[in-house]
Amino acid sequence: MIVADRKPVEEIIEQIKDHDNILILGCNECVTVCEAGGKKEVGVLASALRMHAMKAGRDVKIDEVTLERQCDHEYLEEIRDRIDQYDAVVSLACGVGVQFMAEKYHDMPIYPGVNTTFLGATEKRGLWTERCQACGSCILARTGGICPVARCAKRLLNGPCGGSSKGSCEINREVDCAWQLIIDRLKALGKLDEYEEICPIKDWSTDRAGGPRKVVREDVQL
Amino acid sequence: MRLNYPTDIRIVRVPCTGKVDLLHLLRAFEKGADGVYVVGCMEGDCHFNSGNLRARKRVEQAQAILDTIGIGSQRVQMYNLSSGEGPLFAQYATEMHTRILELGPNPIRAGRREAA
Amino acid sequence: MNVKTPSRLEKVLAAGQLAVTSECGPPRGSDPEVIINKANLIKDYVDAVNITDNQTSVTRMCSLAACIRLKQMGLDPVLQMVTRDRNRIALQSDILGAASFDISNILCLSGDHQSFGDNPQGQNVHDLDSIQLIQTVRLMRDEGKFLGGDDIKRPPQMFVGAAANPFADPFEIRVSRLAKKVKAGAEFIQTQCIYNLDKFEEWMKGVRERGLHEKVYILAGMTPMKSAGMAKYMKNRVPGMDVPDEVVKRLAGTPKEKQAEEGVKMCIEDILRLKEVEGVAGFHIMAIEWEQIVPEIVKEAGLYPRPDAA
Repeated sequence: MIVADRKPVEEIIEQIKDHDNILILGCNECVTVCEAGGKKEVGVLASALRMHAMKAGRDVKIDEVTLERQCDHEYLEEIRDRIDQYDAVVSLACGVGVQFMAEKYHDMPIYPGVNTTFLGATEKRGLWTERCQACGSCILARTGGICPVARCAKRLLNGPCGGSSKGSCEINREVDCAWQLIIDRLKALGKLDEYEEICPIKDWSTDRAGGPRKVVREDVQL
Repeated sequence: MRLNYPTDIRIVRVPCTGKVDLLHLLRAFEKGADGVYVVGCMEGDCHFNSGNLRARKRVEQAQAILDTIGIGSQRVQMYNLSSGEGPLFAQYATEMHTRILELGPNPIRAGRREAA
Repeated sequence: MNVKTPSRLEKVLAAGQLAVTSECGPPRGSDPEVIINKANLIKDYVDAVNITDNQTSVTRMCSLAACIRLKQMGLDPVLQMVTRDRNRIALQSDILGAASFDISNILCLSGDHQSFGDNPQGQNVHDLDSIQLIQTVRLMRDEGKFLGGDDIKRPPQMFVGAAANPFADPFEIRVSRLAKKVKAGAEFIQTQCIYNLDKFEEWMKGVRERGLHEKVYILAGMTPMKSAGMAKYMKNRVPGMDVPDEVVKRLAGTPKEKQAEEGVKMCIEDILRLKEVEGVAGFHIMAIEWEQIVPEIVKEAGLYPRPDAA
């Protein structure tokens, strides 16, 4: 899923300081699972913002809505009939949702309420870690199902570097060396001999280097 | 045992402090409460294993938010005691009451009056 | 082995002599005298001089410019190039630039992570990795082609090197990793600083078992310890460094004012021992900000005078 982290309340307060009718808009998908932008977080943020405004003696209306998704037209349409009541929206969706909102409601100021961080997994409650960088050309078949692009600090396709130490990355002992994990996996799969195959130079044009990407599927388009 | 404790404390009963949500704590302040404290069982003695530990985390989350928006983290507090400790309950109530009196009213009430 | 490039280092190695290389870190400023002075301290005692490429990710004068200075002094520089800071366009371009000054050695590295340096907020590039950079230089030299497929007019003539760290984890693939670098086209190897000689010899045994020592020249990396403090720091703080307790103890047991002298003595003893190891083709002496000690080490280790391979 897309993992996001809450933006500091101070930053959001600063962003919305000139608005009096604000909608806090949550998303029921990834940001709910990572406890950054679901209904609950919408409630907490809205409450904090209301109290902040009250304390300053300002009469600010702050409403709460959480949509099923903010990255699909049909769900964003659900607020069309009430969006005009507001003069700003704080979206707690990932960067995709924030932008989709901005595109759909062209003259409505939209502020991000979270920092979108990575594509990752829930290791346990309160711990989310990165797994994928969406490079657009998956090499997991050759690396034992562990991605060096996302998990090696130098994204080495032919690692490990000389800084791998007792399973840890040179940048931080808390970070696993991706290549140690890859080698452990190849060993478990009985495929350690494949380690010596040189991974060829990667075509990064499917990564962000190639500019904004799109997937076009004419076979499913109507 | 007839113990006295301050009369302007309103008790909200919950089946377990694990039921107390961050939103409940914030809403209380939003509605004008001057202070909120949560009294749970002793840590390690929760009938539901971790209810009081969850409550402590939520109190800490509330403290962080109240500090950020200028209401102050001292207005919300977690206490733990066992069911036989009536005197301690009264002592905590007095302690919190005294603290809130020193802090004065919830600043959002003053703000609200200004806006009105 | 045939000589494929004008590199002096390659000539010495091909002649079967133990080679000696050293390195100079460029200054954190634009004064060329710094690098010239360092080079003058060691030039008669080494066959080639590495110029580091923003080592530990601290911004310095570029390796290429410093290499050109050495070349103009008549030395044989080894251009260190990390994949951290440049994409494939810049790497190939800098290789051509170096070749235009007839710099004839390159050491292909991935580079320390930028979080260690003076710009931890910076991006890293890693468009290629060190093994792919080796392949790139060999493609440019041997096929006269760019990665994009076009022909290169006057291809670079570079002797291609890589680093190896026999002490990093996982140890079990450290020989395989060398094999991979050889397969990619590495012709010489400079190793991480060796303090754990037993472990290095174990690695060399694995290297010989696969015959890799006959396919690549292995220069053993040596760094004299200046103090017990330095030994402790390298032991505990530098990732991938293996400093046995005996090394720390021996230095710590020496009076402070004599520790540098002891460190040099240990370095010389180590070289004398490693000279006897089959497959060790020479030594890469990295006296970090202590270049003036290199002549003494080279002389005392019986590696002086250097052969005339011009």
